[in-house]
Amino acid sequence: MINTATANSKNIILDIKNIDKWFGHVHANQSVSIQIEKSTIHGIIGENGAGKSTLMSIVYGYYQADNGSIYVNGKEAFISSPVQALNHGIGMVHQHFMLVEPFTVLENIILGAETGTILENSLQRARTELKKLEENYSLNVDPDAIVGELPVGIRQRVEILKALYRGADIFILDEPTGVLTPQEVEHLFKILRSLKKQGKTIILITHKLREIMDLTDNVTVMRQGKVVTNKATKETNKEELAELMVGRSVILSVNKKEKKIGREILSVNNLTILDEKNIEKVKNISFNIHEGEIIGIAGVAGNGQTELLEALTGIRKINDGTINFLNKTFDNSRPINAKEIRKDGLAHVPEDRQKMGLVTAFSANESGILGYQDLSIYKGKIFLKKYAILKDMYNKFKRFDVRPSNPILKTSSFSGGNQQKIVLVREMDQEPELLVVGQPTRGVDIGAIEFIHKQLVELRNKGKAILLVSVELDEVLSLSDKILVMFDGKIVGKINQKDADEKTLGLLMAGAN
Amino acid sequence: MTSSLNKIQQSKNNSPKWITHIVVPIFNLLVALLIAGVVIYFNGDDPFDALLLLIKGSFGNDEFIGFTLYYTTNFIFTGLAVSIAFHCGLFNIGGEGQAYIGGLGVGLVAIYLGHLSPFFVIPLCIIAAIIFGASWSFVPAYLQAKRGSHIVITTIMFNFLAAALMTYLMVEILIEPGQQAPQSREFNENSWLPFMHEIFEFFGIQISVSSLNFSFIIAIIVSILIWFFIWRTHWGYEIRTTGANQKAAIYAGISPSKNIILAMIISGALAGMVGINEIVGVHHRLILDFPAGFGFVGIAVALMGRNHPLGIFFAALLFGALYQGGAELSFDIPNITRDTMVFIQGLVILFSGALEFVFKPYIENIYFFIKNNLVRN
Repeated sequence: MINTATANSKNIILDIKNIDKWFGHVHANQSVSIQIEKSTIHGIIGENGAGKSTLMSIVYGYYQADNGSIYVNGKEAFISSPVQALNHGIGMVHQHFMLVEPFTVLENIILGAETGTILENSLQRARTELKKLEENYSLNVDPDAIVGELPVGIRQRVEILKALYRGADIFILDEPTGVLTPQEVEHLFKILRSLKKQGKTIILITHKLREIMDLTDNVTVMRQGKVVTNKATKETNKEELAELMVGRSVILSVNKKEKKIGREILSVNNLTILDEKNIEKVKNISFNIHEGEIIGIAGVAGNGQTELLEALTGIRKINDGTINFLNKTFDNSRPINAKEIRKDGLAHVPEDRQKMGLVTAFSANESGILGYQDLSIYKGKIFLKKYAILKDMYNKFKRFDVRPSNPILKTSSFSGGNQQKIVLVREMDQEPELLVVGQPTRGVDIGAIEFIHKQLVELRNKGKAILLVSVELDEVLSLSDKILVMFDGKIVGKINQKDADEKTLGLLMAGAN
Repeated sequence: MTSSLNKIQQSKNNSPKWITHIVVPIFNLLVALLIAGVVIYFNGDDPFDALLLLIKGSFGNDEFIGFTLYYTTNFIFTGLAVSIAFHCGLFNIGGEGQAYIGGLGVGLVAIYLGHLSPFFVIPLCIIAAIIFGASWSFVPAYLQAKRGSHIVITTIMFNFLAAALMTYLMVEILIEPGQQAPQSREFNENSWLPFMHEIFEFFGIQISVSSLNFSFIIAIIVSILIWFFIWRTHWGYEIRTTGANQKAAIYAGISPSKNIILAMIISGALAGMVGINEIVGVHHRLILDFPAGFGFVGIAVALMGRNHPLGIFFAALLFGALYQGGAELSFDIPNITRDTMVFIQGLVILFSGALEFVFKPYIENIYFFIKNNLVRN
């Protein structure tokens, strides 16, 4: 901890002192103290459930602390609502944006801050104000654009503008890069740096080590509700931070042996897929996958990967071209049936586990049989074999270290990483010939990432085929045997892992060729 | 397992289940009764007297209990009907019409085949109720599943269609010849369901005469079957998946349109079974307007019973008591009319249906306050 003598000399804008917060029996924040210097970027890093979001919710007035106090600019602040937080100059950019989609950018920005009865006056005032802000921070947002039509990266800037317009000095960003493309991340970082230069203070909540190292001046590591360390970023490194977060040493790289490939499992020929608006999302692509091989698909999100995964697994129909899986051929007139293809040995870990891979309102054992509910091990003639299901799930949860390993609990009460493990164990345990995985480690703790990567490599070593789609370039690079790069619905590069590096892939992903 | 279950629920700031499932509904009910009491007080009557009469009128003797359970039977059927549609994410407002048409099916069998042996005709009546009720919900279900027509709109319209159809049939075709009243002739006794007092008498036990009949036992059996169906079969699992997360259903190869149709057919069949209780259970003839709002109250019953057959049973019992006790109450205190009772039912629906979670956070805070202070001291 920083001692008070040096702290005072450092111009502390936000001083969080001995915050305690209980949820029932759980001590979510245990005497947390953090001092944040003016015009710095301060990172708070920790695994899911480490208490970082709880802490920021207290600072922003969503929760009240059970104990402890918050000082803003040296004065004690009693913050019991977001409005009061804003009065103290604290603004928040949420992980899930709080925007009204059918409204324009301008309308969203004045929302809740409109003055007088006639809206037009507020709009005019906001427009002039906005122009100034935009020029100062190079945000590049069209005030008359409809928010619903903007890409996520720009929506995030609207959130930042909203906080700026309300006069915030301290910006809290909760996992801001989770939904962004690498380019958008770069742009966001540029904006944050310019905010800092103009004297604003930024608190960045993240679990990505790279962001901490690239962007922050100081970093706080939290684990199990406590502050483990407060440090200047340049005095630490990725490995040390990872170890502090998890509480044990973590191997960040993947250990993978050479493996001979076997017969062809899947071949995709001239595949074309349209989306709901009849726009071509996948354009005439071809590739194949063999036994014992991990094919990685790299690419910025939204370049057709989702549609490809959904077409392969029978969720979306094939518009043109063919898909051959084992001995079966599918095309526009012979569609893939999601239930049948699963039985044939194609398992699918979807990109969005909460929207597609699980039913969060169900108990974990019910989510654990999703897609396999009519296998004879789970289903008798009429009734589900409840006991067999529970026993099977309990064993699976133990084996994949799902915590807690109690399959009666509601799916939504598991953390993101554990939910992902539930999906993975369900799909991997049927010994599929081909595993199709989308974003296997999105929103997952470092410890669980290590485990998931190991499991995927193990499945490959057993001679199974894996198609991996990920926006995490590191992940694609370390796991895949061969890498395909998708851009604008086309495959713009096929590279063996040995020849691949971040720079070439990055250029291909950006459609540079 | 239960201890770790409790721990997890609390870690997510959840109170234990008994708060949500027992304390909150009872509290909501008390608030509704409190407001009703205030109104009755200003109406010039003693609210405690009224409450006592209400309870006496619904559970005071075996005759009153009989009538309470007779109403309960209808609410079990319609409550289950609404709940199974809810499990599939659908809001079936058409229970009223489905019950009406279900009754038509029962009546047609009883009119034209009523002379056959009871062992033949009664099962046939039950099957007719199921088929007619189901077919009335099939069309809205099909339109929702295949064409995206909103089920709330179509089922409301089908209520009107059912009413119009029944009026036409009763006035023009099924009316007893030579009579003025739009009702069919009395059925052959072979089609009558035994009354409960008759069943008890068969075993040598004397109970008072009431409308309670064998349908109540059917309702209990159906409740148990529905529980198994929803929670213990893969069909129920697929319906619930469709309702809880349609994307996940498609991912798992579960067809949402198939399940929407299945859930609505079952829903309609359940609502149609009101016809068994009313037509061959009590009236023994086809009459106009026998569903009398049971289909709509079923929505409140399902909400209050949290779409679980056991909860639905207790909610149905509550509304059965309000119907029966209310009738007795307005008989004893003329100042409290039938409309006052509708008002009180409305309050119960408001507080346990529409406003069901208004008091929950406060109750939870009290619970955690007590719990934390006990734990920490």
